Amino acid sequence: MKRLYISPPVAALILAIILFLLSGFLPNGFGNDINIAIAQATNILRLSVFLGVIAAGQTLVILSGYEGIDLSAGSVVTLTAILTYVLVNGRDEKVFYAFLIALLAGALVGLINGLGITFLKISPFVMTLSMSGVVTGLIIIINHGNVSGKVAPIMTRLIARPLSPNIPIPNAIIIWVIFGILMWLLLERTTFGKHVFAIGVNRVTSRLSGINVNATNLAVYSLAGALAGFGGFLVVGNTGVVFIALGQPFLFPSIAAVAVGGTLLSGGKGSYWGTMAGAIVLTLITSLLTTMQMPESIRRVVLGATLLVMISIYGRQRGFRQ
Amino acid sequence: MRRTSWETLTTKYPALFSIILIVVALLINLSLQPNLFSRDTLNSNLRVFLPSVLLAVGQAFVILGGGIDISVGGIVSIVNTVLAVQVGLNGSVEKMWLYVGISLLIGIICGALNGFFIAVLRLQPIITTYATSFLFGGLALFVLPNPGGGIPQSIANIYRSTTPLGIPLGFYIIAILILLWQYLRSTRYGSYLYSVGGKADAAYETGVPVTWINFSTYVISGLMAALSGIAITMLSGSGNAEIGSPMTLTAITAVVIGGTPLSGGIGGITGPIMGALTLGIIQNIVSFAHVNTWWETFVKATIIVVALAAPGIINLFGRRKS
Repeated sequence: MKRLYISPPVAALILAIILFLLSGFLPNGFGNDINIAIAQATNILRLSVFLGVIAAGQTLVILSGYEGIDLSAGSVVTLTAILTYVLVNGRDEKVFYAFLIALLAGALVGLINGLGITFLKISPFVMTLSMSGVVTGLIIIINHGNVSGKVAPIMTRLIARPLSPNIPIPNAIIIWVIFGILMWLLLERTTFGKHVFAIGVNRVTSRLSGINVNATNLAVYSLAGALAGFGGFLVVGNTGVVFIALGQPFLFPSIAAVAVGGTLLSGGKGSYWGTMAGAIVLTLITSLLTTMQMPESIRRVVLGATLLVMISIYGRQRGFRQ
Repeated sequence: MRRTSWETLTTKYPALFSIILIVVALLINLSLQPNLFSRDTLNSNLRVFLPSVLLAVGQAFVILGGGIDISVGGIVSIVNTVLAVQVGLNGSVEKMWLYVGISLLIGIICGALNGFFIAVLRLQPIITTYATSFLFGGLALFVLPNPGGGIPQSIANIYRSTTPLGIPLGFYIIAILILLWQYLRSTRYGSYLYSVGGKADAAYETGVPVTWINFSTYVISGLMAALSGIAITMLSGSGNAEIGSPMTLTAITAVVIGGTPLSGGIGGITGPIMGALTLGIIQNIVSFAHVNTWWETFVKATIIVVALAAPGIINLFGRRKS
């Protein structure tokens, strides 16, 4: 018997489109005007970019397997957003410098995560969770309750505004598409990418086939940190303000986006395309609930229930009898 | 090939490190707070630690069985809000006990829901309980949108200041838990639990009812979360839908600091209980050491990272020597 098989990224994308079409019939929906609908769709895509980029690091870490997860992503986003904000302070010429610092700061946190997980055998869940506490503590020390800074005009221009007045596609989306292609190249067309999948499946066989498992694992966590740092840079470029709870709301959605995108949370199987689709689905649901003016309580219940339904569809593990 | 004695010891007694940790923490705490062992200080400490201890015990069952439950904070919140809204500040004692019973039922139902999705439908525990944590947290917020309500002072005092035979109530509860656990691990259920956590496939092959064992761990976790919710409601005397969310991660950290690896099948509940107490003592130390308020989060998180890293560091150096 041949079963109809739809790959998870495609399924997530179809779900996003159905949800979006249905939303037109909901109260306070997007109406029947096609231009408004397109504008709304673009806006939701633009909002998905930030979650999507932050979830890229999460995808890598989860792909690398062995309970891999990065719970420090949220606080790294806050840290690098604040660093960018303070370092740039409204000056265009400082943007590139701040961008590098953001990536480095993220990579450093990721490296510490990786060292603890690889050499001290601390479980990724607890290691990254504790590092999240350390980073939050650091932010409080640097921050002292108030920060003075400003994003540079060029950042807003490059991230929040459209490419040109005639093409109403925000630059953030273009950045994301390029980023997505780079992630695909990294995962599918480089030795490093192959190694990530390999250590996600089985570390012993990977080591025996000559992969430097420890180095790959270290690189995965450092890269994940750097990508979260990049996410923080983008977020502050879009919002233009920073506060201490900026990054935390991205943390669990980033894991959920990976799961919805069909990447196995046990590692070794998945793709960044799936995560991108997952990020769109999650952002879409959140914005729908917001436009429908649901109270916070209903919003959480619906988000939880949707997530349950989606993972019930294709998140099931192999049964014992098989 | 002789293994270093430390490694042998830690393999034999996984709780050894947590004993060392708690003794060191207690000594530091004692030097900062000389009246630590007086009856009133001991009682006021234990009643603050007890909700985390209860939560850590429930979490330990799930982790032993090879899963993880990040929805426990949500269950704590539901129980807290239900008690605060339904009993009220002027409620009668009978009403309180009725709702304590209902709370336990709520905990069991929430746990059964987790168990159904994870054990029966075979979804991945982290993402499933993450989804249900939204569900439970949303429900709690639905019951009590703004902090308020409460339970009568007189009932709260039963929890706060009962010291039978001059020993704080918390000691009795912890002793009962440990006795129950010692009995349970000698039963068939106990050995099934270890075998499922160790290698579920092998357990299934040898006729262990893996699904039911997995299911039961989530029900136990839900029940313990309800007890924890009752305890924290009696401690605080009021309701707040966000009360539980920071407690989940404390509970998981407690289990790991208590020497239980997240991979399952190893450990018990004594380690996690000590872990939860240690985390409480660390909080005490930080507040009594007059750490600058800005540095408090950082110092606490760093202590936890060091505590997590220490066994790994010792093992690393031990291996070099041999």
